[in-house]
Amino acid sequence: MRPFSKIRDKAAWLWMLGSMVLVLIVPVLIAYGLIAKSTPLFQDNLIVDILMGSDWKPVRGSFGFLPFIAGSVYVTLMALLIATPLCLLTAIYLTHYARKRTLRLMHPIIDILAGIPSVVYGVWGILVIVPLVSDTIAPMFGVSTSGYTLLSGALVLAVMIIPFILNIMIEVMRSIPEELTESSMALGATRWQSVKKVIMRKAAPGLASAVVFGLSRAFGETIAVLMVIGNVPKVPASVFDPAYPLPSLIANNYGEMLSIPRYDAALMFAALILFVIVLLFNLASRFFITRYEMKQKGTLK
Amino acid sequence: MKTKEAEERVMLWIMRFAALSIVLVLGLIILSILIRGLPSLSWDMISQIPKGGFYYGKEGGILNAIIGSLYLSAGATLLAMIIGIPAALYINVYAARHDRMAAAARFFLDLLWGVPSIVYGAFAFSMMILLGMRTSLLAGIVTVALFILPIMIRAIDEVLRSVSPGLSEASYALGATRTQTAFRVLVKQTMPGIITAILLSFGRAIGDAAAVLFTTGYTDHIPTSPDQPAATLPLAIFFQLSSPIPEVRDRAFAAAVVLTLIILIISLLARWLSHKYEKRRIKF
Repeated sequence: MRPFSKIRDKAAWLWMLGSMVLVLIVPVLIAYGLIAKSTPLFQDNLIVDILMGSDWKPVRGSFGFLPFIAGSVYVTLMALLIATPLCLLTAIYLTHYARKRTLRLMHPIIDILAGIPSVVYGVWGILVIVPLVSDTIAPMFGVSTSGYTLLSGALVLAVMIIPFILNIMIEVMRSIPEELTESSMALGATRWQSVKKVIMRKAAPGLASAVVFGLSRAFGETIAVLMVIGNVPKVPASVFDPAYPLPSLIANNYGEMLSIPRYDAALMFAALILFVIVLLFNLASRFFITRYEMKQKGTLK
Repeated sequence: MKTKEAEERVMLWIMRFAALSIVLVLGLIILSILIRGLPSLSWDMISQIPKGGFYYGKEGGILNAIIGSLYLSAGATLLAMIIGIPAALYINVYAARHDRMAAAARFFLDLLWGVPSIVYGAFAFSMMILLGMRTSLLAGIVTVALFILPIMIRAIDEVLRSVSPGLSEASYALGATRTQTAFRVLVKQTMPGIITAILLSFGRAIGDAAAVLFTTGYTDHIPTSPDQPAATLPLAIFFQLSSPIPEVRDRAFAAAVVLTLIILIISLLARWLSHKYEKRRIKF
């Protein structure tokens, strides 16, 4: 080999290694930065007061995160409650009942849903979901509301996470051998009974991974939810109350955070909560998918 | 006997309804955006910058946001490519010999995949305060590049992984170094797949609002250098939608149509390219 190409080879290797190292270092830097920036918050507030307190008055130095944590948890869980059964039924239908062509047609639809920007979902929420909640759903329960509610946020969020959950569920269902359904049906079970009793049991960890993955997507979703959920810093008492999730808190207040002491520490703490929770859920999702793969290989009984 | 067949039939209808409702929701989203936005979409709308301020001025269009978004996403995608392609190659060429290392890198990237863009935005903003930087196109480009990196690397990695190991072995057997194998064999062989991954990352970059909210700022003008703030389409929608003036809100809806069309085109292009890739792939 000529010496020139040897140098070039070395340079290219360094470039690849350097890029990889950079990619691995950035999240560590982010974690460190967020922790360092949010510590001033704990100088004269107890962590219990911050996490469990519901009094949010930055001007007076009182930072109770409970309304925001509750807002995030409620809207995420409600979105999952709506999206999971829809995705599960659709995944079963596409993999066990529908023609192959239907599944092929469904793929671009899922891709497009996954690709639509958050802010466009928000516009759709304002155009369709908010009026639907204020004019149709709320009056059905005898409630009058502006439509900018927890329920609207959950509905928009549910649609946004459907492509992610559905995609994994279809992959999981497809990886289960056809023979299982066939032998179950040969024993006289209907297709639905086979799915319910045999396939679902086999697929359970994989499906759980899909749901947890959706959870982590939903938890950090910002703009779309912010646009329809009302943003009132109070723990919501019903689905027709406005809520104020953590990402909205950060997005809405970045402009004024410099003028009030410790406000920026509070917002960085909110970002830190998001960062940690999403990493934990992603970790849980990986755990389930690994279990599922082990189950497939038969190394786990 | 009868009940299980009845259950079968009822469940089948429920499942059909679930699948259909997802298709209908997508149709409803696109339709509602088009119906509300298309009437305000005119040549003036996409060829003029807002006049008299984007929030209060009734005249003008969204050219500032269209150009700003294209600058931002192109810059961020390029920056992410410079780091992302070699990193993905590293996993597949150098780390591939140590199975554990490649698995660890993939695991780490998967963890990062879902980190919300608002976290990147908030972090970048606090760094900018620390360094005394103002909101600028460049700050936005760096932030969005960091945000799309894990997505791009994992997408390229999946494409590279699909190349059969026999191909690299053949290349080594002919005396090629690992770098030569990486760039001349792997990249060449998977080019359409890599372009698809890059297109999808571009789509993520152009559609994201939370990372640019803090870092890129907003302006009525088209930036002429990277240290100026820039308007972006997602923020053009987000800010102008809350305006009390109907003409300004029309601009937001027009921007939503433009953004949706860009995303649809990217999605179709990516799909077409990955079909092409499947066809010309060398299989062993």
